[in-house]
Amino acid sequence: MRVAIASTGNALSDNVDLHFGRCEYFVFYDTDNGQCEFVLNPNRDKEENVGPESVQLITSYGAEKVVSREFGFRIKSLMMEKKIQMIVLQQDKTIEEVIGLLVNNGKGK
Amino acid sequence: MPAVSGFKPYGSDKTGKRKAVFLLCEEYEALRLNDYEKCNQCEAAAIMQISRPTFTRIYISAREKIATAFVEGRKIVIEGGKIEYDQDWYKCDTCGCLFDKLEEVPERCPLCGATDIEIYIPPRVESSIESLCGKGKCKHRKYRRRLVEK
Repeated sequence: MRVAIASTGNALSDNVDLHFGRCEYFVFYDTDNGQCEFVLNPNRDKEENVGPESVQLITSYGAEKVVSREFGFRIKSLMMEKKIQMIVLQQDKTIEEVIGLLVNNGKGK
Repeated sequence: MPAVSGFKPYGSDKTGKRKAVFLLCEEYEALRLNDYEKCNQCEAAAIMQISRPTFTRIYISAREKIATAFVEGRKIVIEGGKIEYDQDWYKCDTCGCLFDKLEEVPERCPLCGATDIEIYIPPRVESSIESLCGKGKCKHRKYRRRLVEK
């Protein structure tokens, strides 16, 4: 299963971004083979409609879960429609820490 | 959520032909808070995170619709409106993240896999009840969500 993480940069030491739609990079982490892919967010500087377009982007990569610090007002219904689970972090975490948690989660099963 | 999705009148064979009255979910909620839970309008507005005048508008609309249905013998259908379900969110006590459910009630945190999860209740702005009353201009614009009139 693929998990999308909103990131502030293209390194594992970067933090999870505060905004979902306007994050700098999306990190797609595959829980089955442990592969990690950084994708530059083409919507980060757009004026409007960034949320729905970012949702479209992550669905095209086949993500089933999304990790971010915040989601926009319109995102929730879209995500539910596309059956993507949203995970909202309450404190700062780096991409590495989030992936670490996901790895441990997989081991427990 | 309402216990039923609507009400049907009986005792007249014309009821099937009359148009139903559509009671929006926020109107149902306004009526429930004010008349069933017996909150005053300020408290109810704070619970619904809207301004007191907006609450009154929704409440009046609810009563008018129900009166119309009673007098004209029309069905009531409860649906739609601008609503958000807060009980859809869960909180993991181990990693502190929030997440929503997709279909069934989750048993484990999707991030860390811990089982100590609970339904997340967003913190209420307690002081807003006083500050929403009698001050003319609402100072809590940030916290309220505008309801779109039908």
